[in-house]
Amino acid sequence: MKRRPALLFALLSLAAAALFAVDLTTGAVSIPLSDVWAALTGGEVPAATAKIVRSIRLLKAVVAVAAGAALAVSGLQMQTLFRNPLAGPYVLGISSGASLGVALFLLGAPVLGLTGGGAAASLGVAGAAWIGSAIVLAVIAAVGRRIKEIMVMLILGMMFSSGVGAVVQMLQYLSHEDALKSFVIWTMGSLGEVTAAQLALLLPAVVLGLALSVAAIKPLNLLLLGEHYARTMGLDIRRSRQLLFLSTTLLAGTVTAFCGPIGFVGLAVPHVARMLFREADHRILLPAAALTGIVVLLVCDIVSKQLTLPVNTITALLGIPIVIWVVVRNQTAA
Amino acid sequence: MIRIENLTLGYGDRTLLERVSAHLPAGTLTPLIGRNGTGKSTLLRALAGLGERRGGRIRLDGKELDKLDPQRLACTAAFVTTERVRIAHLRCRDVVALGRAPYTDWIGRLGAEDAAAVARALAAVGMADYADRTMDRMSDGECQRVMIARALAQQTPVILLDEPTSFLDLPNRCELCALLARLAREEGKCILFSTHELDIALSLADRVALIDPPALHCLPAAEMIRSGHIERLFGSDVVRYDAATGNIRIGPKRG
Repeated sequence: MKRRPALLFALLSLAAAALFAVDLTTGAVSIPLSDVWAALTGGEVPAATAKIVRSIRLLKAVVAVAAGAALAVSGLQMQTLFRNPLAGPYVLGISSGASLGVALFLLGAPVLGLTGGGAAASLGVAGAAWIGSAIVLAVIAAVGRRIKEIMVMLILGMMFSSGVGAVVQMLQYLSHEDALKSFVIWTMGSLGEVTAAQLALLLPAVVLGLALSVAAIKPLNLLLLGEHYARTMGLDIRRSRQLLFLSTTLLAGTVTAFCGPIGFVGLAVPHVARMLFREADHRILLPAAALTGIVVLLVCDIVSKQLTLPVNTITALLGIPIVIWVVVRNQTAA
Repeated sequence: MIRIENLTLGYGDRTLLERVSAHLPAGTLTPLIGRNGTGKSTLLRALAGLGERRGGRIRLDGKELDKLDPQRLACTAAFVTTERVRIAHLRCRDVVALGRAPYTDWIGRLGAEDAAAVARALAAVGMADYADRTMDRMSDGECQRVMIARALAQQTPVILLDEPTSFLDLPNRCELCALLARLAREEGKCILFSTHELDIALSLADRVALIDPPALHCLPAAEMIRSGHIERLFGSDVVRYDAATGNIRIGPKRG
């Protein structure tokens, strides 16, 4: 491997490990690193501290790592597939499908007189979001078979999102205050709502999504030159699109289902990775984006815990300057 | 090498070519000429397996186009489109290496043979010194030559190019056409390229393909000049083609 990427991979891995440790120490109560270590290795710490570290913070930090890698990789895939720097994991309407599912579950069910509570409700939210994004994928895949121009898919995804947004607003308008509040909180994103049982679903789905994205590295490199060129160089366009859509749904759909729509990470991180590594080859860019995504989401999580604000507000505030920078730079380069 | 039988092409309610047949043998360079909008790109895209056709058959290297899977098609025909490709951080060498895609493994690792083919292709278009440059810092003509090197690295018996000379200045245009002619003759490739450079096309090529909608004439260059098709299609009040000298003259008709 060339020197620059090797050095950067080492630095980013170190940063990720350090941030992971810092993430475990931060929260409502600050726990010193030595106590965190003791709690994880079964040393001498108060029972309450051990419980916080093991069953709350560790879980949350693992979710941040999985979500960071998943969103960044799916964003990179969509940017390459659509040859659009402003594409992200949600361009296909995955987040709007998920929010429609959640809105129907949280807002629609009470309207119909159905109520649930506790753990059942929390798994229900994730399930509803998953079903919502899976339906979007099914629709996109069905329509995509007939569509040759990838730009048409982009427009369809955007239109679909807007249409779903209108339906969600309708539900919001009709629904009760309490239900409305839980929905709004879901849309703000949270890494902390995931239970150990949910993590057992989230992790395998994300790992499978990442494995599919690794299998898509060669198609992604060919797609850099556009679909026409890629096809004349032997790319099976239908299979590659299906592979990428499936991978993105597993990655972005799962994360959105359990954590809510986390904005800007998937959009901004691939640009940061390109800028740092100065590479276009996905063999380097894909792991680079995953690692950068992990670092970025851990930072966002630490900041959001310190300010006790929803993680979505932090990712947006950090991501927006990057997106603006990309747009302005492209403007001056042209 | 390229055999077209009863091919019909069109889009919307417009028919561009109707039941045309032609045969381009191996080892020949054939310019494809015709007025704007007569279907030069559509024909090239159909031959590359990118466009749909209304009817007829296309055989490349003896194989039916419809029966080739994407990978075998990529080993048979390479295509250079007019699309401009400018990707930040993408080095010339990597672009040319993408041309090896039909031969490399699942993640696109280059073997010694692949690396040699990439180096040869870059040298053939005179871009060996640019191997480590990134495409966002190159001129249109340089990018065009890199894309042609990518097609050469694909090592196919058939190469199709859509207006490969359009971004080049006069010396580069002539050099590129000479390069294509050499590839055809020395390596036995069958090369078809669309162009608006009538003079270069007619002086360098053995055969010329001319789209005269909805027909396709494919004649030896000398015969094409004598046929009168060119004067008829390209002549206007200000421009005319002088068949005797092979030159294009601009200015009002005299006498």
